Amino acid sequence: MNRVARSKKSRFWEQLVQQRQLLVLSVPFIILVFIFNYVPIWGWILAFKNYNPGLGFFKSPWVGLDNFKEVFTDSNFYRALKNTLAISSIKLVFNFTSAIVLAVLLNEVKNIIFKRTVQTISYLPYFVSWVVAANIVFMSLSPEDGIVNHLLVFLGILKEPIPFMGMKEYFYWVVALSSVWKTVGYSAIIYLAAMTGIDPEIYESADIDGAGRLRKIFAITIPSIMPTIKILLVLNIGWIMNAGFEQVYLLGNASVQEVSNTLEVYVYNYALKYFRYSFGTAIGIFNSIVAFVLITVSNFVSKKVDGEGVL
Amino acid sequence: MRVKTKGLSRITAEDVIFDTVNYIILIFLCVATLYPFLNTLAISLNDATDAIRGNIYLWPREFSWRNYEMILTENTNIGNALFISAARAVAGAGTSVLACLMIAYTLSRKNFVLRKFFIKFLVLTMYFSGGMIPVYLLMRSLGLINNFLVYILPGMVGAYNVMIMRSYIEGIPESLVEAAKIDGASEYRILFTIIMPISMPVIATIILFVAVGQWNSWFDTMLYTSSRQELSTLQFELQKLLSSTQTMTSSSADAADAMGLLDKGIVTPNSLRAAMTIIATVPILFSYPFLQKYFVQGLTLGGVKG
Repeated sequence: MNRVARSKKSRFWEQLVQQRQLLVLSVPFIILVFIFNYVPIWGWILAFKNYNPGLGFFKSPWVGLDNFKEVFTDSNFYRALKNTLAISSIKLVFNFTSAIVLAVLLNEVKNIIFKRTVQTISYLPYFVSWVVAANIVFMSLSPEDGIVNHLLVFLGILKEPIPFMGMKEYFYWVVALSSVWKTVGYSAIIYLAAMTGIDPEIYESADIDGAGRLRKIFAITIPSIMPTIKILLVLNIGWIMNAGFEQVYLLGNASVQEVSNTLEVYVYNYALKYFRYSFGTAIGIFNSIVAFVLITVSNFVSKKVDGEGVL
Repeated sequence: MRVKTKGLSRITAEDVIFDTVNYIILIFLCVATLYPFLNTLAISLNDATDAIRGNIYLWPREFSWRNYEMILTENTNIGNALFISAARAVAGAGTSVLACLMIAYTLSRKNFVLRKFFIKFLVLTMYFSGGMIPVYLLMRSLGLINNFLVYILPGMVGAYNVMIMRSYIEGIPESLVEAAKIDGASEYRILFTIIMPISMPVIATIILFVAVGQWNSWFDTMLYTSSRQELSTLQFELQKLLSSTQTMTSSSADAADAMGLLDKGIVTPNSLRAAMTIIATVPILFSYPFLQKYFVQGLTLGGVKG
């Protein structure tokens, strides 16, 4: 047994030497990944210390779980957690349904040129930065000259313009709808791809039975893409701790702080404005671990649903 | 469509109503997507002082190139930021695609002894992150703060891109590689003279995606290089202008002033913002036909199997 193990081991080294060219091609980059993705985990030690920039990483005193205790008794933390979950849930519902609806609608368009044009236009915002998108959101919702207020007043829905971006009660909706604006075209692709797999004969026999358009959508199209829907839903739920830092940070402003402070924004503020590195790291660890567990579980579940794993 | 040839489908009232509603919704979506860009373009091409009066929609009222001249010809911070943005897009995409190609090739070799381990090692990075602060402190101890390399090194090996490339390379017939091996070709030679030319479509895809990502990013500038003005990027300058204009008009004037623009001519923060938004969007538009051609592949080709 021992000998077998040993010969296996020596065979491994033998092969490794043989494959040294492959090592030259891969190891430098693996080291790079190790440094930038794995070494930061070691920095989690900070959360168990009271980091003092003057003393440095190693000499800062240990404080055990004090930082975590402070996090879990901080009411701002719970508000940030609530905001994170609320924003990502609303975004999930809006993005998810809008993408499916768009895919179904596009699938019903018979004119290929029109379909292509709509698709081409609808992906565009996906590729611009959130800075550009946030600019557009601020501009469109501006009470002075924004198109949304112009339209709502023109249609008689509003008596006078509303400063949407400065009002807490609208923030979640602004985030959700701007997210739909930016991603709906792109997210619809995957459902459209799933729809191309539907056998046209199914539609034909439905025609013979005299089924109408809506009937066909609900009886054929949607059930056919149901596996894709389920898997993406599960995967997206896995990302629920991630409310999208860039978007929330850019759309947030002083007057809506109470609802725009997500966990990531909270970490950013504590660390880089108040230099409370240890406290910020403790929140970061909480976020990373919960997110990791959720993502791993959702991936596991989606593999069960899918049989072999999605994507 | 095939149904029609069978003569079975009649156009019913439901069809007419459905199609009409459908076209209206889709046209509305297109208008809602495009209007803000066209409106921004019109404002950016309008005389800045005139634009204050508002009510500019799709066409400039008093046409002027002044806003763009300000950004592109005068020696301003924005001109430099534009250069840095372009530099990081080119350098980032070039190095990243090379890195991804090299590692993806090794991971596509079925007999490579470390293959499984390296794949797991990479895929795992997609599921967790060390968090903002540990990463920041790491960058600091590596001397990457206020250093151009902070734009390039951390994201050079994207696990997702490596997996996309790997599954593409795995689709290349093994016989090509074996024939070269019999001729005594080294792995490097096989990679650069056989695999690379065949993989051009996926290489182009990754280059575009990384370049767009680099062009669009601003947060790393804010986090790591904001205290060195000459490393600032266009997106970050735009973000600064945005965050100052939305808080108060007077402070936005200060911000634009600080950029050395207001004293040089008649430009307002809003017009400047519009012009910068357009400059930030144009490269995306130019690469759009290519992006569109390839990203559907990328999306469906995800191929991230452990």
